Amino acid sequence: MNKPLRRIAIFCGLLVLALLVRENWLGYVKADALNTNDHNARPAIERYSHAPGNIIVDGKPVTGAVKTDDTYYKYKQTWKDGPMWAPVTGYGSQVFGSTALESIDDGVLSGTDPRLFFDRTVSMFTGKNQKGGDVVTTLNADAQKAAYDGLKGKKGAAVAIDPSTGKILALASTPSYDPSTIAGRSDGDAWKKLTSDKDEPMLNRALRQTYPPGSTFKLVTAAAGLENGVVSDPDAKTDSPLPYIMPGTNTPLKNEGNLPCKNATLRLALTVSCNSVFGHLGVQVGKDKMLDEAKKFGFNSEQFIPTRADASEFPTDINQSQTALSSIGQFDTRATPLQMAMVASAIANDGKLMKPYLVDELRAPNLDVIDKTQPEQMSQPLSAGNAQKLQSMMESVVNDPQGTGHSAKISGATVGGKTGTAQHGVANSALPYAWFVSYAKVGNSTPVAVAVVVEDGAATSDDISGGGIAGPIAHDMMKAVIDSAK
Amino acid sequence: MSISNTTTIGAIDAPSRRNTELLLLVFAVVVAVFAYLNVGLALDGKVPSGVLGYALGLAALAGVAHLVVRKFARYADPLLLPLATLLNGIGLVFIWRLDQSPRLISLAKVAYGAFTPSAPKQMLYSAIGVALFVAVLLFLKDHRVLQRYTYVSMVVALILLIAPVFFPAQFGARIWIHIPGLGSLQPGEFAKIIIAVFFAGYLMVKRDALALASRRFLGLYLPRGRDLGPILVIWALSILILVFETDLGTSLLFFGLFIVMLYVATERTSWIVFGLLMSAVGAVGVASFEPHVKARVTAWLNPFACYKTNGACQQIGDALMSFGSGGTLGTGLGQGNSDLIGFAANADFILSTVGEELGLAGTMAILLVYGLIVERGIRTALAARDPFGKLLAIGLSSGFAIQVFVVAGGVMGLIPLTGMTLPFMAYGGSSVLANWALIGILIRISDTARRPAPAPAPSTDAEMTQVVRP
Repeated sequence: MNKPLRRIAIFCGLLVLALLVRENWLGYVKADALNTNDHNARPAIERYSHAPGNIIVDGKPVTGAVKTDDTYYKYKQTWKDGPMWAPVTGYGSQVFGSTALESIDDGVLSGTDPRLFFDRTVSMFTGKNQKGGDVVTTLNADAQKAAYDGLKGKKGAAVAIDPSTGKILALASTPSYDPSTIAGRSDGDAWKKLTSDKDEPMLNRALRQTYPPGSTFKLVTAAAGLENGVVSDPDAKTDSPLPYIMPGTNTPLKNEGNLPCKNATLRLALTVSCNSVFGHLGVQVGKDKMLDEAKKFGFNSEQFIPTRADASEFPTDINQSQTALSSIGQFDTRATPLQMAMVASAIANDGKLMKPYLVDELRAPNLDVIDKTQPEQMSQPLSAGNAQKLQSMMESVVNDPQGTGHSAKISGATVGGKTGTAQHGVANSALPYAWFVSYAKVGNSTPVAVAVVVEDGAATSDDISGGGIAGPIAHDMMKAVIDSAK
Repeated sequence: MSISNTTTIGAIDAPSRRNTELLLLVFAVVVAVFAYLNVGLALDGKVPSGVLGYALGLAALAGVAHLVVRKFARYADPLLLPLATLLNGIGLVFIWRLDQSPRLISLAKVAYGAFTPSAPKQMLYSAIGVALFVAVLLFLKDHRVLQRYTYVSMVVALILLIAPVFFPAQFGARIWIHIPGLGSLQPGEFAKIIIAVFFAGYLMVKRDALALASRRFLGLYLPRGRDLGPILVIWALSILILVFETDLGTSLLFFGLFIVMLYVATERTSWIVFGLLMSAVGAVGVASFEPHVKARVTAWLNPFACYKTNGACQQIGDALMSFGSGGTLGTGLGQGNSDLIGFAANADFILSTVGEELGLAGTMAILLVYGLIVERGIRTALAARDPFGKLLAIGLSSGFAIQVFVVAGGVMGLIPLTGMTLPFMAYGGSSVLANWALIGILIRISDTARRPAPAPAPSTDAEMTQVVRP
């Protein structure tokens, strides 16, 4: 009987061997594939097993984390003043994904970024819980607060940029939402409510919404006129007919009210916002050169700050009357608030457009800087001389008794600005958008350029003028930046 | 003149190896206690308060078992008891570790309204198991006694196998019987031992008829038609179990056990060929029309394709990911996420916790411990002096091997998953009790096998023998 017994012994040995081989297959050969399997909950469990790093504004974190009772994800992210910061940080949800900085710098915040490898290795030996790194933003908390407070209760957006570096100082959008309410695993109801809200609180109006820029676009047209030699002296009379019948049509390009626009100087035309002068100027420059100039300011391409901003648009393939309309920010010209802030920033920085950016540096948990953004020139839309001419004209808009931008005046600073009231809707029936684009100078430096847009408020069409509604918000933002520098 | 014994050479007392066993037992208990400490430190960062109770409890069980073996089975195999103790001890640690999983606790609260820890119950089952082990050694002085109960065993085994049909199915299989007031029992675990007794007794009597009366056909010795009867009956029975109780594991174990014992008894390879053919036909046939078995096969073939839609796929997928995330060295005790397998994490799926927390290295060690138990069992069969003992020992150890293969292979996705418990480690009273009894019987057989032959009685005609002196 012993011969079959020995064979059975071999058979049992083979059974055990098969198990051993299978275990090696799973635990060694297939381990990586199983660990990265889509159905594997472990990466997410690991990600939320420790508090993530923070997004920092002015040295203070605007995000945080709380320990929850959840049996899967131990930590949940929180926001301080969530609605105010949401357009900057985006949301980071355990189930609904993430957006903006929460998405772009997720690796650093969660601690999985390869640049944190050394840090992780060290904490493995020291036994400390792996923690995520911090994202230090360029924002100015006071300016952001001014922007958010000014926009509260309205629909709109505001952007402030430091013209000399491109640092974004404020980035607000209203109505907003609190990302804390959708951070957890059981926040499905809040998510549903937010995503079905017809006011679109999760839309980042500063970056992802393009508006007709209206009269604020006249800055680009003026720059194009100066750069292309169509106008050289802002105080010389221009050859501007009134009424201005758009080429190829019988339609006059109307001004807002009875303005002294006939052959007006460029300064006066900007100060009182003459549609006829700038429409005519745009046609004189020509659609191709207008397009070139707009592109130099950043139009017609997406911007990454590093959050993606929609491309603003100056139309191509247009006829002369359309060129006239486009040159005063109507027809198919569209711009994001960020884009208009870039226009103001380039003019204020003597013609040099600095690439706007939101993230100053990325820090490891031990505060080592792992990445720092260096200011970078994006383009030069106009020469320093022409830029200074345009600055002086913008200052007239604010300071001249006839100007439209009085509301932005700040004592102790020189403010240059441009208002805009953009028609939209079918036959321009909807309440127009109120724009204000400006910069403020203190001494020799220009610490801030802003763009503010407010969508159709409760006011009637007549009451909406950029100066009246958007101007005060721009004023508060600029003042906040100037004050915080003191 | 001391000449009464010169007629024979006195038996040399074989080493009993009891001290080896004691040393190994101490080692097994120490390993398990360290594992317990490790879990506590990993989960709470401090020495767990229950460590003393656990250490003393396990040591007491091991100590009692050892003393009984020392007294009543002096020549028994020295490895079986320490190996079983090690597995039982480690199993308790894993069950205790899963008891502390917040995920499983909240899951239990949702499903049953309350959570009761399993480890204390398992400790009690282990104590009863060791008591059963002791009882086997005390009351079964010679394993050949069991031979008398061959047909009684058959009846009892049949009753045990058929009984679950009359109880409601649980978790998709009818393998439990519910005794009001006492809880439920998995009779299959006990049937495994009793059926081995029956097969051993039956085959010992019939082996010559089965082995010799045959016709040669295609190089194989085919048995006569009437000798085919028993194997056909057993085959039909295992298929019936599969169909009515949807218990693939027991069915496979039952049939495999029979084929192995038939082969050993008759030394006929043709039985193996027959057995494999019949089980293949049976398995394919049942899998193609029985939805529960079919689902298991689908889950086995590609668990991730149906992960979201099918519970069976999710279970096996989760188990595979557990083994994968363990990697080579594992996450460390208490630090894995094997509790993501919500259902039966501490029972059928306990090996995936081993895979995740002890990794490739730890799982291989555990599997080798099982292999070693099987090896000691087969060695006992080889050493046994009587055919019944040989057949019973090979039946018990190969049954043990098949069970480990079926459940571990199922959890690791090597074969379709079947509901079976991993001996000694998985949570469950029936399993622990039955396997301690199984080890008890093997120890008894090995004791008989290794015991030196008794010195013959002094010859009555000794005085008449003359010593020739020069």
